[in-house]
Amino acid sequence: MCGIVGLFSKTPEVGEHLGAHLGAMLSEMGERGPDSAGIAIYRDPVPSGHSKLCLFAAEADYDWIALHAELRGAVGSPHEPEVRASHAVFVVEADAADARRWLHDRHPELRVMSAGEVIEIYKEMGLPSQFVSRFALAELEGTHALGHTRMATESRVTTIHSHPFSTGLDLCLVHNGSLSNHNRLRIDLRRAGIEFATDNDSEVAAGFLTWRLAEGESIEEALENCIGALDGFYTFAVGTRDGFAVLRDPIGCKPAVLAETDDWVAMASEYRAIAVLPGADDAAVWEPAPGAVYSWRRELVAQ
Amino acid sequence: MTAVASEVETVDLDQVELRELNRRLHEPDPPERWRVVHPGGRHAVAVGIDADVTVEIEGHVGYYCAGMNKRATVRVHGHCGVGVAENIMSGTVVVEGNASQAAGATGRGGLVVVRGDAAARCGISMKGVDIVVGGSIGHMGAFMAQRGRLVVCGDAQDGLGDSIYEARLYVRGEVAGLGADCVEKEMRPEHSEELGELLERAGVSDASPGEFRRYGSARRLYHFHRDNASSY
Repeated sequence: MCGIVGLFSKTPEVGEHLGAHLGAMLSEMGERGPDSAGIAIYRDPVPSGHSKLCLFAAEADYDWIALHAELRGAVGSPHEPEVRASHAVFVVEADAADARRWLHDRHPELRVMSAGEVIEIYKEMGLPSQFVSRFALAELEGTHALGHTRMATESRVTTIHSHPFSTGLDLCLVHNGSLSNHNRLRIDLRRAGIEFATDNDSEVAAGFLTWRLAEGESIEEALENCIGALDGFYTFAVGTRDGFAVLRDPIGCKPAVLAETDDWVAMASEYRAIAVLPGADDAAVWEPAPGAVYSWRRELVAQ
Repeated sequence: MTAVASEVETVDLDQVELRELNRRLHEPDPPERWRVVHPGGRHAVAVGIDADVTVEIEGHVGYYCAGMNKRATVRVHGHCGVGVAENIMSGTVVVEGNASQAAGATGRGGLVVVRGDAAARCGISMKGVDIVVGGSIGHMGAFMAQRGRLVVCGDAQDGLGDSIYEARLYVRGEVAGLGADCVEKEMRPEHSEELGELLERAGVSDASPGEFRRYGSARRLYHFHRDNASSY
C-alpha cells in the first residue's frame, strides 16, 4: 500500500505551520503505511557558498558535537548542527559533493539522507504518528514538503529503505506502488554511474530521475520518461527546490488526490489526509489523470 | 418507535464514530431522514443500508461510500473516493461532485448518478445497475459489464466496454477508443426511450437521447464456439 502526502504553501501563514500541517496529514496516512515514515521539508536556505546536509546515525546518542568540531576544521561549518531524533542537519562552507566525500571517507557509520541548500530529509521506522512526535514536526517551518508512510512489499523495513529517497541536490522522490523491472534497471543505472544504497525498487526510480536530470532534462521531462522506462505501478511525488511534481502510472493503479486553495496546494493518496488542512472544505479537489505530469513551482504560483 | 417523517437525524462524524453511524443505519426500522456532516474523506460511510431511508452527506467521502446499498437514497454533496456504490443492489446513490475509480462497480441494481466526472473503470463488472454520469469517464469504463445501462453525458477515455457482455452503453461525447468486443450499435426507438427515461430519473435536463450513441457487445468474445474448443 503506502501513503503519500505533499503540501505547498502559498502564504507565509501556511509556511509557518508547514510541519504541523504535514504531520497531521502523515498521521492520517498511518493505516496505509505503518512500517516507517519520512518527510522531505524545504526550509531555511543556506547562504551562498554553503551547503546543507541531513545526516542519519543508527547509533543512539551519537556525538554530533564532536563531528561538528571535525567538520568545522575540515570543510568549515558555521554553527552547531540541529539535532532531530536520529538525524542532524549540518551547514558546511563547502560544496555538498566535497562534504559528502569527506563524510563517506571519515565516517562510514553515517548516512547522508539529503544534500543541497534547502532540503532536509528525515525518515525512520515505526508508526507515522510516532515519527511525527519523535521528530517534532510541529515546530518546523518551510515552504513545501513531502511525506511518505510505508507498507513494505519489495524490500526490508529499515531506516534507509524508507522514503523519501534523495535524487540529487535538493531533490527527492516518494513512491506508492511497486516496480517489476527494478533489478535490470539498477544494473543499467550503475553502469551510468548512479549509486544505490539498497535493493529497494523505489530507490531505482529515484536513481532513474537522478540520471535523467544529470543528462539535462527538466523534472517534468524526466517524469515523462519514467512512463516508458519503469514497468510497474506507481504514484510518484517529486520534491524540487521550488516545488513538487506528481505522476501516476498510465493504468492508474495507485490513488492520488490533489487539492488547491488560495493558501496551499496539497496532494495525498486519499482525501482524508487533505481534510485535516484549514479550508479543505472549500478547496478545489480533483484526481490527477493517469500518465500525466502535474507540477507546481514557486515562481509560477507567485504570478 | 416510528420516527416523525419531518425529523432529520443529524450525525457529525467529528463527534460520532463511523461504526456507530453505520450500526444505527442497520438497525430495524431506522429513522427515514439522515444528514451526515464532517465526513472528512472517511471510508465506508453509509454502507450496507437495507431500508427506505434518505441519507444526505455534506462533504467529501473516501472509499466505498454507500456500498452494497439496498432501497436507500444516499446523496453525497461532495466528491467520492474509489468504489462509490460498489455492489449496489437497489435504491439510488447520487454524487453531486466527482467520483474516483470503479464507481458503481459490480452493481446488481438501482441507480448511481455522478453529476461530475467519474474516473477509470466506472461500472466495472456491472451486473444490472444503471449508472448516469453527467461529465466524462476515465479509461476502461464498463469493463466486463454484464447487465445494466451506463450513460455518459461527456466523453469516455480509452478501452470503453472491454470484454463487455450484455450491458448497454450510451455516450454523448467522444469515445477515445473501444475495448475488445465492444462496438457501436444502432440507436433504435426503444433505446432512445430507455435513455430518455434514465436521463429523467437521474435529473439530467440538458441532454436529449438524440445526442447519444449506443455501444454494446459484438458477442464474438464470450460465446463458446466448438470450433475453438482446442484453444479454451
